Amino acid sequence: MMSLFTLEGLSGLLFLGFIGLTLSGALIATSARSLIRSVAGLALCFLGVAGLYYYLNSPFVALMQILIYVGAVCVTIIFAVMLAESSELKQITRRNRLVGPLSFLASGLLIWALAGLALKTEWSPASCLVNRGTVEDLGQSLLTTYSMSFELISVVLLVAVVGSLVLARAGRDK
Amino acid sequence: MNILELSANLQTYLVIGAMLFGIGFYGLVQRQTFIGMLISAELILSGASLNFMAFNRFLAPDPTVGQIFTLFIMAIAAAEAAIALSIIIAVYRNYKSIDTEDVMDLQG
Repeated sequence: MMSLFTLEGLSGLLFLGFIGLTLSGALIATSARSLIRSVAGLALCFLGVAGLYYYLNSPFVALMQILIYVGAVCVTIIFAVMLAESSELKQITRRNRLVGPLSFLASGLLIWALAGLALKTEWSPASCLVNRGTVEDLGQSLLTTYSMSFELISVVLLVAVVGSLVLARAGRDK
Repeated sequence: MNILELSANLQTYLVIGAMLFGIGFYGLVQRQTFIGMLISAELILSGASLNFMAFNRFLAPDPTVGQIFTLFIMAIAAAEAAIALSIIIAVYRNYKSIDTEDVMDLQG
């Protein structure tokens, strides 16, 4: 039995905090009425996920998570919310009333099935480790084993930037 | 099992990933605006990345594979968000709405 007032106990408590941050952020992101609030919930959830990554021995990916998701994706979504403001207040239910409970039931079933699968399966750990997964190993394998995918993903990002500029620009001149 | 030792368990991360996926799925079905659906899709993607990272930490013989895969997922998600938001802005310019039910010209 581990005491709360040791270093490990405090780190376990912090881990529980990150779990709470992740799940509450996800719930806010899906259930908040106004879009700005749900973007804020998304940022909260991403911060929690970054903390979980830190506990998974990969501080670099945690940093990238904060930098890319919280710093870039959330800010971009906020820009879009400001540009295309929706009158979310006219939340008239124009569709089938069964959609809410049915989607709740379906997602509950999905969570139950996936969590049950994760808990029931006997996972066998790897027998030996090739490297320790530090940032140095990450950089080396990114430029040797995965160099092709690395190049391809930069092309994809370039095409996405140009494409989004073209799409957002079309029809502005009229 | 002590509740403070949860961070050393593979199952903890897998269950959190499943919950993120389920919440994201719920939001994807439930939301009525395009931006809300995009937010839910981001939740689903982060659940998938969390699973990759957990397997990478506990089961993989080469601990860089999952991290690189997660970095690629981040790049793809950023590209997807940029494209989707510019499409949303183009739709808003034409329809003056980002509500999914207002953009139904083809009545199916």
